[in-house]
Amino acid sequence: MIPALVVFAYLAVILYIGIFAFRKGKATGEDYFVASRSLGPYVFLLSLFGTNMTAFAILGSSGLAYQRGIGVYGLMASASGIVIPLCIFFIGTRLWALGKRFGHMTQVQFFRDRWECSFIGTVLFALTAAMLVPYIIIGMMGGGHTLETLTTVKDAAGNPVMMEVLRNGQTVLEPKHWISFELGSAIVALVVMSYVFFGGMRGTAWVNAFQTVMFLTFGTLAFVLIAKNLGGFDHIVERLAANPKTEGLLTRARISPQEFFSYTFIPLSAIMFPHIAIMCMTAEKVTAFKKTVIFYPLCIAAIWLPSVFLGLVAADQFPGLKPGESDDVILRLLTANTGVVVAGFLGAAIMACVMATDSQILALCTMFTKDIVSYYAGAKRFSETTVVWTGRGFVVAITVVAYLIALALEDKAGIFELAIRFAFSGFAALAPVMLAALFWKRSTKWGALASALWVTATMAGSWYLYEMSVGMAPKPGQPLVQIFPALGDLFLRSPGNVLVYGYLPVMPMVLGSAFVMILVSLVTKPPGRATLEKYFPNREGRQASALSAPVSRPVINTPRTDTR
Amino acid sequence: MKKTVFLTLLIAVVYALHQDFWNWNKAEPLLFGFMPIGLAYHAAYSFAAAALMWVFVKFAWPAHLETVEPYRQDNKVEVKR
Repeated sequence: MIPALVVFAYLAVILYIGIFAFRKGKATGEDYFVASRSLGPYVFLLSLFGTNMTAFAILGSSGLAYQRGIGVYGLMASASGIVIPLCIFFIGTRLWALGKRFGHMTQVQFFRDRWECSFIGTVLFALTAAMLVPYIIIGMMGGGHTLETLTTVKDAAGNPVMMEVLRNGQTVLEPKHWISFELGSAIVALVVMSYVFFGGMRGTAWVNAFQTVMFLTFGTLAFVLIAKNLGGFDHIVERLAANPKTEGLLTRARISPQEFFSYTFIPLSAIMFPHIAIMCMTAEKVTAFKKTVIFYPLCIAAIWLPSVFLGLVAADQFPGLKPGESDDVILRLLTANTGVVVAGFLGAAIMACVMATDSQILALCTMFTKDIVSYYAGAKRFSETTVVWTGRGFVVAITVVAYLIALALEDKAGIFELAIRFAFSGFAALAPVMLAALFWKRSTKWGALASALWVTATMAGSWYLYEMSVGMAPKPGQPLVQIFPALGDLFLRSPGNVLVYGYLPVMPMVLGSAFVMILVSLVTKPPGRATLEKYFPNREGRQASALSAPVSRPVINTPRTDTR
Repeated sequence: MKKTVFLTLLIAVVYALHQDFWNWNKAEPLLFGFMPIGLAYHAAYSFAAAALMWVFVKFAWPAHLETVEPYRQDNKVEVKR
């Protein structure tokens, strides 16, 4: 019960942070949705990093390293450590400037204005919103399951007390919990909804910053304590190397070079996630990005390196776990080797589930408020107070709907997890749309629409191929299987993925998206001159642009009345 | 122009160094006696990524964005006071 009490203490703390942020806030849309663009460099770094970290970074990465070895770090962490900071440097800073200059708060607001489009902006809104929803539902389910697990009733010997439960018309025995999945999800939903409702972006950013500090502290502490309790890691690695079944974990034998290479495309998704893009608009000054891009790879290393290595340690300590069973190896290690940090770490684990959901809910409510309500009803019709309360209404509506879906489809979690996997590729494949909007004058709304359609079609196609090839999937260690033998190696099936000539689908998705963006843009009419000059005013004497550097020195502080 | 070419090449080189095929099937040497070389390499790579970003912040920082001011429809520039 102690871990549950620690978790409730955490929930109380983040609730307090949200309420405190509310007291610091102003009743304006800009304050509620982007914290008045006022975050300092350290809160900005920690909150941006925290927003992008999910439960997978700690729990999932250890579980995956348990199955596939050290290559998981290069596959996911070091690739993200280079691609995400570069995206933030080149794209995030420009998004910040666009927000500052034109008041944009969402990606779609920028796309609509940049390409003089309405419906195509709505298509992009629908696509990104649809890809974001599964994350929120999974977060809600994760919170409920974690609270349920933490409050399992145990007898004097420490074994779970079982009870009879009716499932699909049959009576089965299940562990008894103080807090059920339904109640756990409700508590998590209520806490997240409360601090997002009151605190808006400021509350969310502060909570994420708090989470990041907690992650870094607990992660380091856990690693040190486990190492101390096991008497160092040297002999564990020696044992793994000596065992033919585990020696492959110390190399990248269980990851193909094609998969390793194509995985570097996945982190492109980060900047296209609406919650990350919106977070980029919250910095007070663009200089806040300096520390963020430099420290981002180090923060990733600080969290992922111990997590991946502990996955190896778990392979020695708890051999024989199957995929799925190995997801909680880090919790097993902590339970077996530490008494002090385990409760706190479990608290961090549930927070990991919760914290990703908060910024996603806020991003979705910002998009609904700005891209749909304000856009179609007319922004000038609403007072600032109305805009804030519209946003808060969406926070409640989205949370309640996500909660109800989480309850109704609890046994279908696999579908949402699969949706998230494909959504990662989908967001990554939308990156060329953002790059074109920011840096290519000749890009058009039709090019953006073509990319969006390409992304939708390829995501649906990948999902279809995945589902139809489940039966032919090889077991780990077996060779890849041709899905359509007549097409040779075009579509291959691995134990967990569909591959295109051995590469993950994300690679052709990104390259194809860039190709159709260029091709269709070149054969369609670009936006009008006024719009282009608004976004690319690069002739001498023009004021500094949000996108391109002026040819001559900017005369930004010199009053001008002429426009030519 | 030279700077742009150099920085572009730098990104390409660092990106290429991520594909350390020479460590693919090697576990040894073990860094600090317990960390396989493939993991140690990518841990070091994270520091190299941070160094790369420092270089970009130092030599390719978009300084023109620091003076961005809210846009006005009449295209007049707002004066800082």
